[in-house]
Amino acid sequence: MRVVVARSIDAALAALASATEASRILAGGTDLCVEFESGRTRPDLVVEVGRVAELRFVRETQAGLEIGAGSTCADLLRSAPVARGADLLALAAREVGAVQIQNRATLGGNLVTASPAADLVPALFALGARVRLASLAGRRELLVEEFVTGYRATARRPDELVESVVIPPRPAGEHRAFHKVGTRRAQSISKVVVALALGPRGAGARIAAGSVAERTLRLATLEAALARGLARERLAQAVAHAVALDTRPRDDVRSTARYRRAVLERVLVRVLGPWLEPEGNAA
Amino acid sequence: MKPIFDESDPVELRLCVNGAVRTLCVPPLRRLLDVLREDLRLTGTKEGCGEGECGACTVLIDGQAVLACLTAACSAEGSEVVTIEGPGFERARREFLEHGAAQCGICTPGMIVMTRAWAEACRRDGIEPTEDGARAALAGNLCRCTGYGAIVAAAVSTAREGFP
Amino acid sequence: MERYIGRDLARPDGPAKVEGRAVYVADLDVPGAWVGGVVRSTVARGLLLGLDFDPGFDWRTVAVATAADVPGENVVALIADDQPLLVAREIEHWGEPLALVAAPDELQLARALAAVRPRIEARAACFDLERSPRVFKSIRVAQGDAGAVFRDVPPGARVVEGTYRTDSQEQLYVETQGFVAFPPASDGSVTVRGSLQCPHYVQKALARALGIAPEEARVVQLATGGGFGGKEDYPSVLACHAALLARVARRPVRLILGRHEDLAVTPKRHPARVRVRAAFAADGTGLALEADVLFDGGAYTTLSPVVLSRGVLHASGPYRWPAAEIRGSVVATNHVPYGAFRGFGAPQTCLAIERLMDRAARELGIHPFELRLRNALRPGDTTVTGQRLEHSVGSLEVLEAIARRTGFDRHAWGAPHAESGPRRRGLGFSFFFHGAGFTGSGEELLRGRVSLALLPDGRVEVLAGSTEIGQGTQALFTAIAAEALGADAADVVLATPDTARVPDSGPTVASRTCMVVGGVLAAAAAELRQRVGDGAASWRERARAFLAGGGDGAVTRAYAPPPGARWDEHSYRGDAYPVYGWAADVAEVFVDEDTGEVDVARLWTAVDVGRALQPRLVTGQIEGGALQAVGWAHREVVSARDGRCEQDRLATCIVPTTLDAPRFDVTLVEVPYPGGPFGAKGVGELPMDGGAPAVLSAIEDATGIHPAQVPATPERILDLLVARAEEAHA
Repeated sequence: MRVVVARSIDAALAALASATEASRILAGGTDLCVEFESGRTRPDLVVEVGRVAELRFVRETQAGLEIGAGSTCADLLRSAPVARGADLLALAAREVGAVQIQNRATLGGNLVTASPAADLVPALFALGARVRLASLAGRRELLVEEFVTGYRATARRPDELVESVVIPPRPAGEHRAFHKVGTRRAQSISKVVVALALGPRGAGARIAAGSVAERTLRLATLEAALARGLARERLAQAVAHAVALDTRPRDDVRSTARYRRAVLERVLVRVLGPWLEPEGNAA
Repeated sequence: MKPIFDESDPVELRLCVNGAVRTLCVPPLRRLLDVLREDLRLTGTKEGCGEGECGACTVLIDGQAVLACLTAACSAEGSEVVTIEGPGFERARREFLEHGAAQCGICTPGMIVMTRAWAEACRRDGIEPTEDGARAALAGNLCRCTGYGAIVAAAVSTAREGFP
Repeated sequence: MERYIGRDLARPDGPAKVEGRAVYVADLDVPGAWVGGVVRSTVARGLLLGLDFDPGFDWRTVAVATAADVPGENVVALIADDQPLLVAREIEHWGEPLALVAAPDELQLARALAAVRPRIEARAACFDLERSPRVFKSIRVAQGDAGAVFRDVPPGARVVEGTYRTDSQEQLYVETQGFVAFPPASDGSVTVRGSLQCPHYVQKALARALGIAPEEARVVQLATGGGFGGKEDYPSVLACHAALLARVARRPVRLILGRHEDLAVTPKRHPARVRVRAAFAADGTGLALEADVLFDGGAYTTLSPVVLSRGVLHASGPYRWPAAEIRGSVVATNHVPYGAFRGFGAPQTCLAIERLMDRAARELGIHPFELRLRNALRPGDTTVTGQRLEHSVGSLEVLEAIARRTGFDRHAWGAPHAESGPRRRGLGFSFFFHGAGFTGSGEELLRGRVSLALLPDGRVEVLAGSTEIGQGTQALFTAIAAEALGADAADVVLATPDTARVPDSGPTVASRTCMVVGGVLAAAAAELRQRVGDGAASWRERARAFLAGGGDGAVTRAYAPPPGARWDEHSYRGDAYPVYGWAADVAEVFVDEDTGEVDVARLWTAVDVGRALQPRLVTGQIEGGALQAVGWAHREVVSARDGRCEQDRLATCIVPTTLDAPRFDVTLVEVPYPGGPFGAKGVGELPMDGGAPAVLSAIEDATGIHPAQVPATPERILDLLVARAEEAHA
């Protein structure tokens, strides 16, 4: 196993040029070191990017809020621009582990690990985030849903580094919410996690859920129903329909598929209900 | 010690531990926990789980509380590391003793390091130390003996130093 | 005027702990030590046909031990001697030790462990305690003719029944188990140092396994990072393994379990199913009780018979039953053997009886507090074993204290709530007792000893086998010794629990360290004080003068049972325990009816401790025990699939954090026990008994469902809520 400690993006990209599918990038270490410990991962190459200062920033740009992939959860919690433009990300960051983990766990790491139980990823889905990747071959940008492709799988090529995430400007009048049901009140992995954004009269709905399938996903069926101007009275039925159609929860050591389905439905109804118009008022 | 962390070739690393500069030749992914406990014989930092769940290995790196079991040595290169053996824990230690916050003692070093990090954050950010604040700050440190009441009280007392 | 009793003394072990200087087994620097590991079974039941050693590995670089290398008997000596140290042929549980390996470092150890290939023929295994083919132990407690009451229910009386289940629970001491063993000395003697509760248990096990005399096995306790029962019996296994490896490797061996291994293979709380029914007169007076207690003992006997005994003896709850019949069995399955955990069988049966009392209150239309008060055992009453309660019966005192503190006696428990969103508040109640010290004649047979030795400088060394595992043995013994001697705390020195130096005080279990061993210590100290004599001079001056005058400064005392105590092991009649601790809990919960999540916000507890010798320590015991109980009540899931523990990581083995813990409100009630030191009685386990029933009672108050299984997880609560909604709909 080779280990390269990179202190710049250029150095990291140079090291990654020879990376294979088995290579790993080490940032905060809060996922990767656990994988080492459990023996799940035996990389041929580890590129350490934990202190690449260029990856750790938050800046407001014309395209929206750009957040460096090396930003830690603690950075997200302290950032005023994040609180303004990407509040869901701050709410999610608060739910990651506990303080010691928040001090190390990075935005890029949460994305690249792509755990179905990730806390930040659903928030990025709901925010409509785009992921910026770099390699010696060039740069590209993907929608976060395109980036996360499966169970702990992403569209990142072995030679690519996630540089940053771009959050589009917040549309006027958009409702947002984040809700996590975990195994306890801190230091917990989700049983169900929901992040959502909803424009006026159901426009531009982005409803994301974690721990209910092999990957974080959007409830497209529900989003479509909302876009059609779903009335409050019909919400429960539409949610049940969407959860049945769009999610694939499983029994595991943390919970059961039945519980996950039921709780996802109840949380969605609880959060969305107050935002919807009653029948008659609906568009 | 976990084999995989030590499989790569040793490199020279410089750390500042409790105020002293230490130069070591260790595998770059070697856990900071093993560097502290085995290479430097600073055994006050405890291993409770090795997977970032219990907080017993909490140390300060550049003033921030982190878990030594999830920190590769190369990630701490050039940093200031402070462990329970270091200076600056006098107040917290006293409060822990006075409140009966240490029972079996295995979580105590991590709790005290975390308490100091929280107390310093309160002072830096001008946040009034409260019981709720202490509970949130210490949520990553498991204790199975005390029920936490005494620990939280000790942490609040520690952090209140300098507050009116 | 007492100087040390009732006043908090600084913990002697405190400064080293807060400075990180305390030496736990993993901190011990042993030059030249190898690291040990265990080859384990990957099936829950089967035959070990052989062990293949990969010829590609250089076996000269490591040391290996198998069953054939055990020099003494291949058993873990405890109660039944049915558990082998290493499997010879029959595998009875997942993770059972098949072979041992020691290597110079972890890397080489990992390679060697991977190069051992056991050949195993799997056999059908049993994981269902209700279908077990084998009973380890059965116990029956009977008083009067309960059957007659249920056959011919008196007019106006009502029978209430229920079946209650409790799952296993992990002790989760934050320091995993471990030992360092040294190779045999030239005289054949063996030394181990480790994390443990009971040095003399380990000593006996080592002697049997190594074929040496007990005094040739030296066991030294290091700082121990929690036990809670988990380090009662398993250290015997680990110490024998380490000693065996040190013997074959001819060098010191460190055998320290990683967290995954510790979670997967060490004993946990016995799962239980308790069926209980009771007959009450219309005014709520208990007429008869029947209970059927079934514990899953796992693959080997270990401590199960004694756990069952305590479970059965607490199944009546702290109530008067003119007629009672309690039958209990602990059965064999192919689960990893279950063992000791704070409460030791009592939390399982306490849950059942307290849930039944809530159900009876509802069915009888009597307030649950009133129902308990009406039936509470009082001084002069007899328990279901026929024990007449004479001393230190704080039952009414704790009920009065909890009512005063919480007003629960006026709370409209179980009344329908006004609709107010998904978050429901509830208050729940439990009333419980716990026998302090060993069951029946246990203490009399054990005769725990304590020695005192006057040092040349006049200080007194306390030699006891009781261990400090966080609960405060050191501070407590210092306070008791100083008080009884009439000396300063600084005049008292505590010997390290080292079997080469300290007498067998009995194990550090069963809420007996303060009351039983502390009592022996107080008696020994009083004797030494009498020898030295009182006077105006300081203790040290008088002690030095006493020694200079040729006085004998060595005192050893053994436990003497209270006069008149009687117990018949065969009929289970008589004085089951020297005395009982009494307590009542009130829990406040908030239940999210959408998710089934429970937030236990506050827990009030009133506890009769006899006498609070060290108020801060006893409060620490009560709060810590209560949190373990609250965690078990609704959050701590332990399960097995095909006999393998599913929660073998701390990411999945969930225990409460600071944010999950309720705010505690502890009221210490003191009804002194004349048989304990300065009136104290044992309370280490008591707080574990009442938390779960109080939380489940509060969930019932909040939601109207009747949880009958611990833990009442969100998944289980949601199922009950859905069933209730469907019933209401139908």
